[in-house]
Amino acid sequence: MDWALLVTQILNGLQLGILLFLLAAGLTLVFGIMDFVNLAHGSLYMMGAYFCATLTYALDSFLLAVALSVPLTFAVGIVVEVLVIRHLYRRDHLDHVLATFGLILVFNSSVHMIWGAAGNPIPLPEFLDGRVELLPGVVIPVYRLLIIATGLVTAGAMYYLVQHTRLGMRIRAGASNRDMVGALGVDIKTLFTLVFGLGAAMAGLAGMMIAPITEANIGMGDDILIVAFVVIIIGGIGSVRGAFIAALVVGLIDTMGRAFLDGVLKVFMTIQNAETAAPALSAMLIYILMAAILYFRPQGLFPPKNR
Amino acid sequence: MSAMNLRRWLTALCLALFALVPVVAGVFGQPFLLDIFDRIMIISIAAVSLNLIMGYGGMISFGHAAYLGIGAYSIGIPAYYGYYDAALQLPLAIAASALFALVTGYICLRTRGVYFIMITLAFAQMAYFAFISVEEYGGDDGLVIEARSRVPAGVVDLESNVQLYYVVFAVLVGALYLVHRIVNSRFGLVIQGAKDNDERMRAIGFNTFRYRLTCYVIAGAMCGLAGWLLGNFNNFFSPEMIAWTRSGELIFMVVLGGMGSVFGPVLGTVAFIVLEEVLSGFTIYWELIFGAFLILVVVFVRGGLMGMIAKFERPRP
Repeated sequence: MDWALLVTQILNGLQLGILLFLLAAGLTLVFGIMDFVNLAHGSLYMMGAYFCATLTYALDSFLLAVALSVPLTFAVGIVVEVLVIRHLYRRDHLDHVLATFGLILVFNSSVHMIWGAAGNPIPLPEFLDGRVELLPGVVIPVYRLLIIATGLVTAGAMYYLVQHTRLGMRIRAGASNRDMVGALGVDIKTLFTLVFGLGAAMAGLAGMMIAPITEANIGMGDDILIVAFVVIIIGGIGSVRGAFIAALVVGLIDTMGRAFLDGVLKVFMTIQNAETAAPALSAMLIYILMAAILYFRPQGLFPPKNR
Repeated sequence: MSAMNLRRWLTALCLALFALVPVVAGVFGQPFLLDIFDRIMIISIAAVSLNLIMGYGGMISFGHAAYLGIGAYSIGIPAYYGYYDAALQLPLAIAASALFALVTGYICLRTRGVYFIMITLAFAQMAYFAFISVEEYGGDDGLVIEARSRVPAGVVDLESNVQLYYVVFAVLVGALYLVHRIVNSRFGLVIQGAKDNDERMRAIGFNTFRYRLTCYVIAGAMCGLAGWLLGNFNNFFSPEMIAWTRSGELIFMVVLGGMGSVFGPVLGTVAFIVLEEVLSGFTIYWELIFGAFLILVVVFVRGGLMGMIAKFERPRP
């Protein structure tokens, strides 16, 4: 096997994993703390991408646009939480699934109305648009490195926030016993809103990061959302650490499967059969992984304690 | 009118209306009516089967649309090789979906709550990607089904739209009757007991896993049958029709109509598809109104349409 290709694919897998982590972190927090299933999380990812696209053209600066779009998606998250989500915390998961399914339709249709049906590409500034030769033979777009770096910094900031600040302490306490936290005088309502906004901002950031590669389009969040769910289920609902590890595993397995599976299969079967089976199998790989993990550990790899 | 009667009358009235649709469509020259009600009844069968596990068994499957795909490809793939015989396709559709339900159910039913929702979704996604990736059968462009299933001459001719309509109608009535019988049987009581308190059911000696798995397989096979009808009706099937959003729509139809009432999902499907048709004719941004409607229904309407109707009934004397 060509080792330069292998390193390139590992980096691609890391990049996908990092994006998945940005999405999954918010999802797993909202899930773990509020016990809320949010299908509309992918819509916030889409909103981030659209805000960033519009602002990049308006301000003529991608970085400035990102800096402004993050608080914007945070605000959208807060509005959604106050208008809809807040009224559903006491309901069962089925109601969460249905209401947020409705939210997806509202978001997709609103974006259609405001931005039109065509996708919005985001041009990258010149200094990010190039490629660098990382190792001999391994040429990587600079922007992909930036995505990985942004994700790692965000993950680090989140770790600090959750483990070493007062707010983080409340979030952790809320995840293990929210009634007790409320009884001890913490304003649980505001805490929930804040956590939801934080998750929204991270999902938006993920959308902004991917949009220059794929362009912002309607429904972009719907499919990756399911993968993000796979990540938090594998990682164990409510565990940010689990989400981080699972996101990298899923990102790597998905990318590696698509890149190398047909080669592996050709060892076992005819070339023609391998070429038919490989795409199907590689698309199914992460779901097979999830089913296998749930079979042996029905609560995921890092199940939450005290629940 | 005693307590149950209003709902019973409504059921009879709806079914009578369904039966009259081809006549009305023929007299007034509106063939699209036939199409819409064909679709409504086929999706109703899927919703009724989902209600069996979700409404009565508490198993919220987020991957039920997969069975529609398995049923439809059970016509499409044999037809692709020139086998049109219903005697092959129909048992294949039912057996394949039952097998898929058995294998996935065996794994899914080990989990509970949200994990169950997500793992059923994962299996449906596997089926979705499998259908998308196999280029031989059309990949994501879908598969054109050259001819409808062939039944021996003299029985029915599915190529006739009206005859197909009545076959669909008969299957719907059969499905409703079957679910009605199941939920009122000992088996059905065990399923409902396991939904309310699984531990207690196991404590008094029921192997609830087996009961739930059996129920899951019955629902899967029933939905596979709906898929077989859908493939025959559309003469075409694409993986897009089993995307995860479709499973979400099925759940919504069941909840809208009223979980845990045998006929409720049919009402939910009628309301869903009619609203979709009306709104999409009205504006291209219909999903905005539709989504808002969905949210309002979840927040304000408990118990679905059947629950609302039940409120109008006089209490039992």
